[in-house]
Formats: sequence, C-alpha cells, structure tokens
Amino acid sequence: MIPAILQIREVYIMNKNIILCGVGGQGTVLASKLIAAAAMKKDLPVMSAETIGMAQRGGSVFSHIRIGEGLHSPMIAKSTADVILGFEPGEAVRMLPYLKDSGQVIVSSRGIMPVTAALSGTPYQSSEMIRYLKTRTEHLLVIDTDEACRELGSSRVLNMLLLGAAIHSGALGLTDAEIKEVIKERVPEKYHKINFRALEYTHSL
Amino acid sequence: MHKEFLMGNEAIALGAIAAGVNLVSGYPGTPSSEVLETVAKRRTSDIYVEWSVNEKAAMEVASGAAYTGARCMVTMKQVGLNVASDPLMSLEYIGVKGGMVVLVADDPGPVSSQTEQDTRCFAGFSKLPCFDPSDPQEAYEMVQEAFEYSEQYGTPVFLRPTTRVCHGYASITVKDETEYQPRRFEGFVKDTGRWVIFPRLSYQNHIKIEARNVKLAEDFSKYSRNRIYPACERKQQLKKGVVSGGISFTYAIETLEQLGMARLFKVSTPHPFPEKLALEFLDGLEEVLCIEELDPVLERELNYLCGRHHLPVRIYGKLTGHVKNAGENSRDSVHNDLLQFFEADAGSVTGSGNGTAAVTKDLSVVPAPLALPARPPVLCAGCPHRASFYAVKTAMKGRKTVFCGDIGCYTLGNAMPLDMVDTCLCMGAGLGIAQGIGHMEPDTACFAFVGDSTFFASAITGVVNAVYNQANMTLIILDNSTTAMTGHQPHPGTGQTMMGEIVQKINIESVLRGIGLTVVETVNPLDYQASLKCVKQTADKPGVKAIIFKSPCIALTRPSGSMAVDSRKCTGCRKCIRELGCPALILSEGRVCIDSSLCTGCSLCAQICAADAVCSPKSRTPGPAGDTFTPLDSSSCPADDTCHPADQGGVHNE
Repeated sequence: MIPAILQIREVYIMNKNIILCGVGGQGTVLASKLIAAAAMKKDLPVMSAETIGMAQRGGSVFSHIRIGEGLHSPMIAKSTADVILGFEPGEAVRMLPYLKDSGQVIVSSRGIMPVTAALSGTPYQSSEMIRYLKTRTEHLLVIDTDEACRELGSSRVLNMLLLGAAIHSGALGLTDAEIKEVIKERVPEKYHKINFRALEYTHSL
Repeated sequence: MHKEFLMGNEAIALGAIAAGVNLVSGYPGTPSSEVLETVAKRRTSDIYVEWSVNEKAAMEVASGAAYTGARCMVTMKQVGLNVASDPLMSLEYIGVKGGMVVLVADDPGPVSSQTEQDTRCFAGFSKLPCFDPSDPQEAYEMVQEAFEYSEQYGTPVFLRPTTRVCHGYASITVKDETEYQPRRFEGFVKDTGRWVIFPRLSYQNHIKIEARNVKLAEDFSKYSRNRIYPACERKQQLKKGVVSGGISFTYAIETLEQLGMARLFKVSTPHPFPEKLALEFLDGLEEVLCIEELDPVLERELNYLCGRHHLPVRIYGKLTGHVKNAGENSRDSVHNDLLQFFEADAGSVTGSGNGTAAVTKDLSVVPAPLALPARPPVLCAGCPHRASFYAVKTAMKGRKTVFCGDIGCYTLGNAMPLDMVDTCLCMGAGLGIAQGIGHMEPDTACFAFVGDSTFFASAITGVVNAVYNQANMTLIILDNSTTAMTGHQPHPGTGQTMMGEIVQKINIESVLRGIGLTVVETVNPLDYQASLKCVKQTADKPGVKAIIFKSPCIALTRPSGSMAVDSRKCTGCRKCIRELGCPALILSEGRVCIDSSLCTGCSLCAQICAADAVCSPKSRTPGPAGDTFTPLDSSSCPADDTCHPADQGGVHNE
C-alpha cells in the first residue's frame, strides 16, 4: 500500500491551479471557460471561481481555475498557482502572492489606467509593473499586445494571445488543438480564423 | 446522467428542474440571479417562470402555486429576504401542499451587498428548515432533496448557498432530460380552516411547528449530508475537532487533508440543528474549532449543546476571537486558523473577542508588495447615468442640496469626481430619506435618484407617500430600460417577460401622473444642454416633481464610434477628466486622450469641452428623449463580462 502522504503528493503534482486576472470587461470569463471545457474533454474534473457583479464595472477581476482529482475548494491558496495569466500588468502584480515558487506568469504589456490614477494626475505606469514582475518571477513572458494586435489586425484577441502563450509555455497541460476544438464548438465559424491566428501567434516568437 | 461544467446557480436551477419544479419566481440580486435565468433558459415546456416585481411579490406568487400542490421555488439575495419576510413569516404558520424551496443567496464579504446578514439565523427566527450546500454538485442534489423534505413536512425550506458556491463552477454529473420526473398535482382545494390565517390557527400550528422541528432535527441527524469525518491515526489522541459547513467546509477539508485529517463535522442543515449527530461528534473531544462565515450559528449551537449536556468541551470560533467575525473566509484564512488550532496549544491562544487575534494572523490580508493603484468599480464609459448626475450637479451648483441615491449601477455615482450620492440605504429608500430630510430642512433642495427597475420594485409607495404628505422634492428616474447591475433582466417597463412574451410596457410617466404628479419631464441625459435646462426649470417648482432621464444602458446598444481629442485645440485644462471621471478619458504622456476601445461615442465630453477639442469622426448630435435603439440579441449578452461593450480582449462572440 502506498502511504497516504505519497498519494496526496501525487495528486498535487497532477493538479493545475490557474489564475486569470484583469479588469472587468477584458474577457477573462470566456478564456477561463475555454480552459475548463478543454480540460473536461480530457475527462479531468474542473472547478473555478470568478468575480461577478459590481466589480465587473471596470474593477479588478479574477478567475481561479483548478484542474485535477481530489480537490474540494474552487479557490486557490496563496503560493500554489502554477500559472497566472495577467490581462493587465498591475492586476498580475496584485495576484502575484498566489504564484508558487517557479510558477509561470504570462502578462499583456498593455496597461489600463484606473480612473483614480487619471483623476489624481499621477499616471499609472504599467512599465513599472512589468519591471517589478521581472524582478520577482523566474518564468515571465510579456506579450507585446499592441504589436500583436496590429499584426493580427484586431484589437479583440487579447485572451487568445494569452491563452496561446500559456499553452506554449506548457503551464496549462493543454494543447493548441484541444483549445481549438472547444473554440469551434463555442464561437461562430466566421471568427475561428482570427482566433486561431491569435492563439498560434506566440508560436512564431 | 451526463457531465456539465456548471455554475453553482445553474446547478441549483437544473436540480429544481430535475425535481419537477412547476413554478419559479424571484427578483434579481447578486449572487442569486443566475438561478432563475437558467430555469428560464433550460426549462421544460410545463414550467412557469417569472421575474416578479420584487421579492415579496415573488414569495406570494410561489405561495399560491404551493397551495395547489405544485412544486415551486422562489429566488432572491439575502437582503431580498427582508422584503419577502412578511409573507414568509406567515406562510410558515400556514404551511404548503406542494414542495417549496426558498433560494436565498448569502454574500459574505460582502462582495456586492449592503449587509452580512445570515439566512441561517433567519431560519431559526422563521422556524424554516435550512439547507447549506458546499459545492455545485451538492447544491444540485440538495435542491432535489429539499423538495422532498418540504413536502414530507409541509413547510417551505431554505436553500442557502453563499457567493462562492453560487458563482463557483464545477464539472458535475447531472440527469438527462429523460430522467426528469414529471409531477401531477391536485389543485387548490378550498378549506378556510387551513388557508386562512387567524390567531387561533396560528397558535395551533405553532405547537405543531415546534414538535415538527424536534422530529426534523432527529431526521437531519440521519441525513447523509450531515457527516462526521474520522480523524487519522496521528490526530486521534489530540481530542480536537473541527466543525464547518458551506464553502468553508471545502477550505477546511483541503487543509486537513494536508495537515492530517482531524475529526471533522460537516453540517449541511444548520436549522433544525442535527443535535444527535453533533453529540456523537463531540464525544471524547476536548476542543472544537468552528469554521463558518457570517454569524456564529454552528458555534452557538455547540455551546448550547455542551451546556445542556454538561460536556467539558471548549468551543472556539468567532465568539472567542479565534476566527474573524466579519468578512469572507478564504482558503488561506481557514488554513491559518486551523494551523493555529492544531499547532499552537489552542488553550493558550486567547481570543480577544472581537476577531483581532484572528485578523493579525490572516495571511490573506498581507498586501501585494508593490503599491498598486486602487481599481474600484466605476460607471462604464458612455454610461447615461454619468450624464444625468453631471447635469443635476451642474444645475444645482452653489445650492444647498442633498442627493439621495439607491441600489443599482447608479450607486457608483458616489465616486469622485461625480460625488453625487449623499445617502444610500436599501432598495427604494432614497425617496423616503429625501422626504425626511426635506421635512427637517425646508431650505435644502432634496433629490432622490432611482433606477427604472428599482422604481417598480419598491419606489412607487415612496412616491405615493411623498404626494400624500405634501413633500417638497425632486424625483430623478434614471431609466436605462433594463436591470443593469444584476445582468440585464427585463422588468415591467421593458415589455418582455421571462416566458418570452412581448407585453404592454408599464409607462413610468403614466404611473407618476396617475399618482398625481403634475410636473413630469422626460429628457435624454446625453443631450447636456437640454438636461441642464430641464433640471434648472424643474427643481424649484413646489411639491413633488419628477425628471425621467431616459437613455438605454450602453450594454444594450451598439457604440456609435469613438470620440477623439484634437491635440491642436486641447488646452490641457483636463476639465473632462476632472469633472466626468469617464474611464475612456486617459492621460498619456501628460495629454488627454480617448481610449478608442472603451469610448462609445456618447459625446458628453465633447459637449462640456470649453475649447471644442473633442470631436467625433462622424459628427453626431444626440437624439431626442426616448431615442429608439436596436437592442443586441439578448442571447449574445449573458450576465458575465464576455459581451461587455468595453471588452477589448474577448473572443469575437457576437
């Protein structure tokens, strides 16, 4: 018989804790649903939790996604996230306490200035956030969102860009093909091409 | 059976459908709204579903259905229960024939509510049984079991999930449609001795209710969802146990599986409390930690039991300061509470009684290491409420005023720079507060702001009261043709029902004129000059007068294209940023810019710019009041953020 403690460790290695964070309206919810659907196709148990309600109106939002057997809580404990997908640099910094040692951070370079910062006249510098992330994380991938959107000819593909980068980093345990399959099921056909191009974009970097 | 990835609220809806529910009524409120929406979306043809005008109406509609023997469910958030409590308190004395589940979503934190009230306490007060699910799968099964208990005992029952259960998703196993049990019911049978509440009947039924709850408590001790998890060998000699329920149970068991399992008591029916099972749990223990959110319900029950049975067990929790007594538990706060309980000598951890001992050890409150900008929720770019608030603010500048707000997106009008909400209490309260202040301070110009859905839900009686009692006030209706904050539900003014029917719209102006208001102006808030003039002309008239600011929620209309700043004309005065606080107005390298991915082209900033520096690619003038608009297909507009008009990164999902 395998001692209980080893069984638990085995479970924890197989499991994935994923955090998506950004600003209300950026499309984090849809991205988290695609990840969940792709994992379910592999017969893996999935749970997630996210911000709904008042905070959606331009406030900080997050999704916690957990994949694997033997889990109870939809919420992730601090220092246990395998990967953080930051749709906004400051929001990625806000979620950093959840990242485990050697965890992966994938972040969009484009900052969104909070109204409070515009009002006080002290502009919020997203480059400072990126610099900070560089000093604090071993595995950081910054996606130049403006450049990518220009190249792709669409400003509405941020979540596909980040999702693609997360897949290619290996941190999700999912493949391009698995995500594409669920996109095909959930998104009208006329948008498949642009989403697939965005998904594959980081492959060519 | 098949697997689906479902939100807790969706799971509850499917569970009710699987249980053969016949009628579902409710009023929207975070975190409960998706339950009724999912019933409407996934219902079989014989289910009736409605958004009632408020929770009291929903409770009464469901009561009538339950009198016929039909199964019914009422949905609301915790503060909605306050509105519904009048019929519910009496209904408990009358009882039901068909199963009735009262779904009340509690909101620890609170995340988006006015109070941290605990429906488990309301269960004790109203004597209703209460079911407390800890995850979506359990919620799915529990709602079906709740219907059975309700019918067996002839009482409405509470199903009381909290935010993280309501809005948590999980891949769960649900029944196929072919497995649903169709139900027949008898119909209403006249019997005045049963259905007409009189003091004598209430007395007789009170005796029955007390006896029933004793029996139900025994029954709940055998209910499989109330469960004792045994301690692992290593923890057995410790004589320490943990009790929990709801989402906190999932946090507790995950930590205990890591630290080594201790004796753990999961309570899924906090009322009536499963005493027999609780005594079994307490047997041989010396110390117990209670992990729960909101009120110390489990902790009090255990204290009571220990006292009654002279048990030498020390009970720790919120009352002793070992667990924080306000706000939401987290995976980390529970981890730390358990760590302290098991690793320190719990006896030496003296609670302060006010939760401060627990707060200081809660790692979840340690801030991120870099100073981060606050990002509170704000009114969306292009939101017509901003324009309405701004017009009233500018028109009343320099005057002694009070602006009474209400519940909805427009509560966000309190933020700087608008700063246009001086009071906010509960649904519809702004009207009464404006009257009260006016009676005491006749020289203050009193305003009450109320949204269209809130107007129908609970402001009409306030208007009648104002007219009857000769108040002097201005009522501002912010009519955006939807219930925006909770996810765009229809209401009596929208002309649509949850059954998909197109019906006669109830016209707010006609309602106000019917009550007796003679001054009722309607204006498009995005026409700044017209709005300003309207407020100036109306506010000083005597008596009760109303202005309806009518412009649809931006989430329901297509943006008309982004505005742009002409840098040659912009003087850099930043009036637009300082006075409007629109998220699309940003500073880039010291200059005012417009974020084209957020701007909807409402043109308010262009209308107030002294230098005429904001222009639209297509020159655009605001339309007249009540401008017609083309709503987007409602199926592409779910209550989450995937179709938010400010969405810059979403998959193209229109």
